[in-house]
Amino acid sequence: MSAVATAGAVPSLWTLGAEELQAPKIEYGQLSPTIIVLGAAVIGIVLEAFLPRKLRYGAQLVLSALGLTSAFAAVLALALTGHGSSKAAVAGMGAIAVDGPALFLQGTILLVGLVSVFVFAERRLEPRAHAARSLVDSFAAQPASVPGGEGEREATKAGWTTTEVYPLLLFAVGGMLIFPAANDLLTLFIALEVFSLPLYLLCALARRRRLLSQEAAVKYFLLGAFSSAFLLFGAALLYGYAGTFGYSGIARVVANADRATSTVLAETTGSDALLLIGGAMVIMGLLFKVGAVPFHMWTPDVYQGAPTPVTGFMAAATKVAAFGALLRLLYVVLPGLRWDWRPVMWGVAILTMLAGAVVAITQTDIKRLLAYSSIAHAGFLLAGVIATSRDGVSSVLFYLGAYSFVTLGAFAVVTLVRDAGGEATHLSKWAGLGRRSPLLAGVFAIFLLAFAGIPLTSGFSGKFAVFKAAAEGGAGALVVVGVIASAIAAFFYIRVIVLMFFSEPRADGPTVAVPSVWTTSAITIGVLVTVVLGVAPQYFLDLASQAGVFVR
Amino acid sequence: MSFPLLTVTAALPAVGAIATAAVPAAKKSAAKWLALTVSTATLALAVAVLVRFDPGGARYQLTESRPWIKDFGVRYEVGVDGIAAVLIALTALLVPFIIGAAWHDADEVEPSRPNRRWRPTQGFFALMLAVEAMVILSFAATDVFLFYILFEAMLIPMYFLIGGFGDRAHAAGEEEGAKQRSYAAVKFLLYNLVGGLIMLAAVVGLFVVTSDQLGEGTFSLQQITEARADGGFQLDTNIERLLFLGFFFAFAVKAPLWPLHTWLPNAMGESTAPVAVLITAVVDKVGTFAMLRFCLGLFPEASEWATPVVIALALVSILYGALLAVGQRDMKRLIAYASISHFGFIILGIFAMTSQGQSGATLYMVFHGVSTAALMLVAGFLISRRGSRLIADYGGVQKVAPVLAGTFLIGGLATLSLPGLAPFISEFLVLVGTFSRYPVAGIVATSGIVLAALYVLLMYQRTMTGPVEKPEVRAIPDLRVRELAVVAPLIALLIFFGVYPKSLTDIVNPAVEHTMSDVQKKDPKPDHPVADKRWFDYKPVDDHAGGDHK
Repeated sequence: MSAVATAGAVPSLWTLGAEELQAPKIEYGQLSPTIIVLGAAVIGIVLEAFLPRKLRYGAQLVLSALGLTSAFAAVLALALTGHGSSKAAVAGMGAIAVDGPALFLQGTILLVGLVSVFVFAERRLEPRAHAARSLVDSFAAQPASVPGGEGEREATKAGWTTTEVYPLLLFAVGGMLIFPAANDLLTLFIALEVFSLPLYLLCALARRRRLLSQEAAVKYFLLGAFSSAFLLFGAALLYGYAGTFGYSGIARVVANADRATSTVLAETTGSDALLLIGGAMVIMGLLFKVGAVPFHMWTPDVYQGAPTPVTGFMAAATKVAAFGALLRLLYVVLPGLRWDWRPVMWGVAILTMLAGAVVAITQTDIKRLLAYSSIAHAGFLLAGVIATSRDGVSSVLFYLGAYSFVTLGAFAVVTLVRDAGGEATHLSKWAGLGRRSPLLAGVFAIFLLAFAGIPLTSGFSGKFAVFKAAAEGGAGALVVVGVIASAIAAFFYIRVIVLMFFSEPRADGPTVAVPSVWTTSAITIGVLVTVVLGVAPQYFLDLASQAGVFVR
Repeated sequence: MSFPLLTVTAALPAVGAIATAAVPAAKKSAAKWLALTVSTATLALAVAVLVRFDPGGARYQLTESRPWIKDFGVRYEVGVDGIAAVLIALTALLVPFIIGAAWHDADEVEPSRPNRRWRPTQGFFALMLAVEAMVILSFAATDVFLFYILFEAMLIPMYFLIGGFGDRAHAAGEEEGAKQRSYAAVKFLLYNLVGGLIMLAAVVGLFVVTSDQLGEGTFSLQQITEARADGGFQLDTNIERLLFLGFFFAFAVKAPLWPLHTWLPNAMGESTAPVAVLITAVVDKVGTFAMLRFCLGLFPEASEWATPVVIALALVSILYGALLAVGQRDMKRLIAYASISHFGFIILGIFAMTSQGQSGATLYMVFHGVSTAALMLVAGFLISRRGSRLIADYGGVQKVAPVLAGTFLIGGLATLSLPGLAPFISEFLVLVGTFSRYPVAGIVATSGIVLAALYVLLMYQRTMTGPVEKPEVRAIPDLRVRELAVVAPLIALLIFFGVYPKSLTDIVNPAVEHTMSDVQKKDPKPDHPVADKRWFDYKPVDDHAGGDHK
């Protein structure tokens, strides 16, 4: 500071920044999960460019599975060496937090990513391409070609497949790993873009119904860009308020601990208007990703249009990452503002629970139905977020883990019910599925019961944990709204079960494709997690509650 | 650690359910026999529970306690008092008869060729055993959370039993029948699920108040009652009332109590007769049992606060159910409305807060189970012969099928509480217990007996007596050996307990005394001295020295 003053130059952010510039210190070990996944993604791109087409599928699959598994191993190693609890710290020059919630969510995201790779890898469902007799997956043969055009026909005929989905998935997972761990607003924004952009692309890659898929992608992109702008604008305002992007720095200013980080900024900082508007905008950006009402409009269209494996991945992993970021923001940056954001979040949670459940009743498409159900679940999660207690954090963490595997499993089942036009997602076609394929319908019924929160499924354990935390946090009214919304939601889950088991099968009904080991294992993992977390959740609750403390 | 008898009693039908479901498609009769064997073995275990239970011993016996979900304060805790032991025995007793009566019920939905994937017979009997397992464990659960889980989870197999294997004898044709069935199943599930979810809010609330006051959230009934007894656990009046309402609402839906009863006639009407028996005689008892164990045990003051309203609703149930039963044209719906009336009596007995009322209510649960089973199963046999549920389609059956008519009459007479048959004892106790504290309620409830005579005898008269006018009725065969084997023991039990109820009252009374002390109630002092020995040896909980009764 003194140097600036003696030089007599006009003090500015530029000179301030230049003076304090240091060589960055990176804790490679603590950041290794993210680095491994992003590294695998880059290698994936290189493979895509240089390997012959025939070898790509196998190579990408091995690379993705290996990358995600070793990243998960890294997370485990970090957690076991105490980086989640006693050695929790901020790494990467204050950009990324390595603490309990971050590691728990990163582990969940990596597992979700791995199971999603299994679903992506399924190649037995689509009919073989005629000429090439090669197996194809549910992604467009050549995404760049015009739907219905000459290029598409040729690509389909040649039996091409799109193996770039694997690096895209890895990039998305990489961004999601950073998102809940981001410890300053710029990192948060960059992570948001890193995981959103691949998702926009993935949404557009459906092999069937390509126009719908591209429409979904455009909608997602436009609304996503809108929300990114909100988040960025909010970040800028918060910088204006606190003079720093760092979470702990902002939190200190909010708590009035140090009024200003520098004398230079003393005059502009500390304006409550900047804080409130900036905070609201950042939260809005996150609520958009979470799919909370009134920022939920994109969810049904995107869930419906995107290729179903992508929908499953997106529905599970995005929610985990976004709730992680929301938790960190509210618990680390804005706890001092609790009395301002709590009433608003109350309103959002109530609206989200009720609107999601009520609108879902009228849906006739299974993917849209699951989309609205995901909105209602976002509401239940928000009830746990509002608890503002350690229990609140751990209950949300547990719920996210439980919910994401139910979602993955449910969407994996949706990929199997097919007719001549591809997946038969209209609910009327699911009539009598229980007669034709009791096993599949039974598995789907388990997932639906878990969504509905019936005891002995993971959905119930999660819901109970969240409601318990909310009630202890003084949000008893939210619990009452929550059970009412659950009752409404139960109605449409049960309607699907009625349709599957008690309706006569239609003559032109869909067939249930016999999947390869990939989808089978994804669904099996989904069922296992659902039942285990329902019957014996204690170990995982312990895990979540150990992981319930944020580093500041 | 001693032998976990209760767990094994509940686990046996659960394992049996899985085994039954796994029987290959071609061997459906093996599945039936397996289910029957398992349920009979369960009965033997339930009898062992009764034998091992010492009425003079501790309040909860055969207890087991293991940690389950530490974060939620949940333990796997089971134990029986006299009430639970008797109800477990009732459940285990009825299920073999239900299975025997339902022997051919799933045949109609069997595919024409054995299908590896679609095996309705196996599924049907497996679901029944699953329900039995969950009901038994819910009677044994002394942890509120464990109870809640079973209370909710048993809806799922019940739902498939109603919706998947409903009554095919529908007047409006096959398609309309399927619609009605699916409607009934969904109505059943939604009513009970909504009740259960409201209870969930109260369960969460219970955790919060216990963790507030006891330092650690708990659902253990014993721990909470003990803490309350030594003053370590005191609820704020308003919170206690809210929690009570949350629990009571769920139980009142299940029981069912007017005005939450409307799912029962649909569910019983559209399901097959054995499944209807399973609903009303077994599953619904969990609701009334839970009122006694959880509402009164956990929230004594709120229970007392709610008593006037609950008694009024129970009286409405008694009269409304009976009146609607008189007006029914459909035999199964008639029995359903009669059950609503009887559940009114049970709830009246529980909330009269006298020991006569509560032991009467407990016996009522058992005897209503047996008498309704007898009546409904015979009605089911009759309906399956003629293919119609409408009373008007019959007439003069006693001339062509005298044994069927005779058993039907005994079942009916038990339903109207004829002296000499078991339900008389329980109804009498409930009325006496009610009258001693609430004379007006007792008088109003008595009129329910008159209406019961009306609906039972009118039904008998219209279906069984008179000339045989319809050719379809003339072709009705009498009871077969299997059917007789199902009905005869039930009737024998009705007569046995009608003459010798002491065997049950001895087990039930100590438990009722505990419940009475939970709610800190003493029986009103009788106006005349109590005779030392009476024919059903009834010993009221009384404090002659104190006399600080209301």
